[in-house]
Amino acid sequence: MKLTNLLTSAAVALGLAAGAALAEDKTKVGFVYVGPVGDGGWTYEHDQGRKAVEAEFGDKVETVYVENVAEGPDAERVMTQMALEGADLIFTTSFGYMDPTINVAKKFPNVKFEHATGYKRAENVSTYSARFYEGRAVQGTIAGHMTESNIIGYIGSYPIPEVIRGINSAYIHAKKVNPDVQFKIVWAFTWFDPAKEADAAKVLIEQGADVILQHTDSTAPQAAAQNAGNVITFGQASDMAEYAPKPRVSSIIDDWAPYYIARTKAVMDGTWESVDTWDGIGAGMVGIGEISDAVPADVKEAALAIKDSIADGSYHPFTGPLKKQDGSDWLAEGETADDGTLAGMNFYVEGLEGDIPQ
Amino acid sequence: MDLSAINPVLLIASLMVAATPLLLAAIGELVVEKAGVLNLGVEGMMIVGAIAGFATAVESGSPFLGFIAAAIAGAALSILFAILTQFAQANQVASGLSLTLFGLGLSALMGQSYVGVKPPRMGDIHIPVLSDLPVIGPILFGHDIILYFGIALTAAVWWVLKYSRLGLVLRAVGENHDAAHALGYKVLKIRLMAIMFGGACAGLGGAYISLIRVPQWTEGMTAGIGWIALALVVFASWKPWRALLGAYLFGGVTVVQLNLQAAGVAIPVEYLAMSPYLITILVLVILSADKSSAPAALGRNFHASR
Repeated sequence: MKLTNLLTSAAVALGLAAGAALAEDKTKVGFVYVGPVGDGGWTYEHDQGRKAVEAEFGDKVETVYVENVAEGPDAERVMTQMALEGADLIFTTSFGYMDPTINVAKKFPNVKFEHATGYKRAENVSTYSARFYEGRAVQGTIAGHMTESNIIGYIGSYPIPEVIRGINSAYIHAKKVNPDVQFKIVWAFTWFDPAKEADAAKVLIEQGADVILQHTDSTAPQAAAQNAGNVITFGQASDMAEYAPKPRVSSIIDDWAPYYIARTKAVMDGTWESVDTWDGIGAGMVGIGEISDAVPADVKEAALAIKDSIADGSYHPFTGPLKKQDGSDWLAEGETADDGTLAGMNFYVEGLEGDIPQ
Repeated sequence: MDLSAINPVLLIASLMVAATPLLLAAIGELVVEKAGVLNLGVEGMMIVGAIAGFATAVESGSPFLGFIAAAIAGAALSILFAILTQFAQANQVASGLSLTLFGLGLSALMGQSYVGVKPPRMGDIHIPVLSDLPVIGPILFGHDIILYFGIALTAAVWWVLKYSRLGLVLRAVGENHDAAHALGYKVLKIRLMAIMFGGACAGLGGAYISLIRVPQWTEGMTAGIGWIALALVVFASWKPWRALLGAYLFGGVTVVQLNLQAAGVAIPVEYLAMSPYLITILVLVILSADKSSAPAALGRNFHASR
């Protein structure tokens, strides 16, 4: 009797110890978000990626996230806190977290960091981004065909290369199918402020735009377009299918899940190293949401043709001849832009009006 | 640059819409502060009003019921603040800040199943003849009912504070609660009423964003408007009409700068983006030059035994 008791308690103790050991083996993955996970756009998709990591590895990972983290000193505090609490891998998911990520990474050489959309790397800092401009080419094609007023409104967030690339790509492809098209660009200077985004969309509509493209994170422009009636929009970052078939006629979807799973796996296996990833439609990191019935069949066909040719690598959205806004030559006939130029793009292509805020 | 693309009539009409949530929240807070209470929880009450109003409007199909629910929700949340500060004697600044944090979290929780849902539309009122007048029609007679309510509320608050006995008592409580108490006025009761009124107004302002200005529900969608409302009260030197002016100015400059950008005006965008804040502060600082300053008991707790 005594012996069995002893054996049972020993077994329990062993089990507990094993459990504790297992718990210690858990890979802890942190995520720093710029908006709320319920924004329906950018942050929402990153959080879907986080959930995919949990679904993939189950008990072997633990994920933590902090939402609504302002870009700046506050971000550094949040990242430091995560590292101190034992995170093995931290994804920082906004351009403005670039310097904070590098600073915190210096202090925690054993923690791996992954910064989305930035260009600064270190031994333990990888960067990753998606080629959104490929999706913009598809949007621009649809927009150029669909506009009747020939005025396309564009809500920009911050004047950083990623956003400027998108504007250029959309403009080039809208212009290709509709030489009379004109872009009106409004900078919101925020990633996420539904009231301001709605105001911006309304202003563009009042000034004649019947297509609204956005590079901000909420669905407020879709709601404004819906109220206005005859205006079309595109889902940004998420599908935003709740506004289909109109005003949302298609979308650019960020699919981070495969990347997040692969990188978490690399940390578990000990094979993680600092890399720079920039994938597009072909690799599946950028998805094109279903083109709705509001788009005529021939336009849909043209858009899908562009999408397919980008996906199989036979077409590059920035193919010459292209000039810069000031009229100087950029790409010769048939020449394609290199990644370095694209990554640091700080100029408009010829035909776009207005200045980029410096 | 193509200034002709800007339609001044539409511009004025949309600046009134942009200003209304700010005005509603500021008028509510103005009454609270006149009663001697500083409630920094405006943002929290607004966002709770935004989701409560949105959810009610979606479930019932009536935006009007949504606004009523938003007012009730805002007032209910403010009661929490009233209990903490008026009865438990907690610090007003800390309680107000925690009310905002609590409201942001609570609204995110309440709103989980409402992301991406479309609310029923609140129609603009249409008065035959008047609404069809050129220029004046769209500016003065083509809005939703809540916008007019905001203006009427400003007028009512101004009249009550200036001319009515109720207003006199409220101001007395805000200026010197001990004296008001000595005269037999129920200081805590009056403050409780004022706090609830402020909460209801903030709730209305929040619902105006989620039901009319945007209209949809997204977490954190008030995006700091509650804080601007707080600043507006101070800069308006606790005068209702100045709060109205300030709200229109702020809403106006916001809309104008977006219009100028879309029209391609060659002013650096950063200046345009900060101009609402700069101009609002500038004008209101000039306005506040007259020294009819803050209620003397603002932010001080009252206890009858002291």
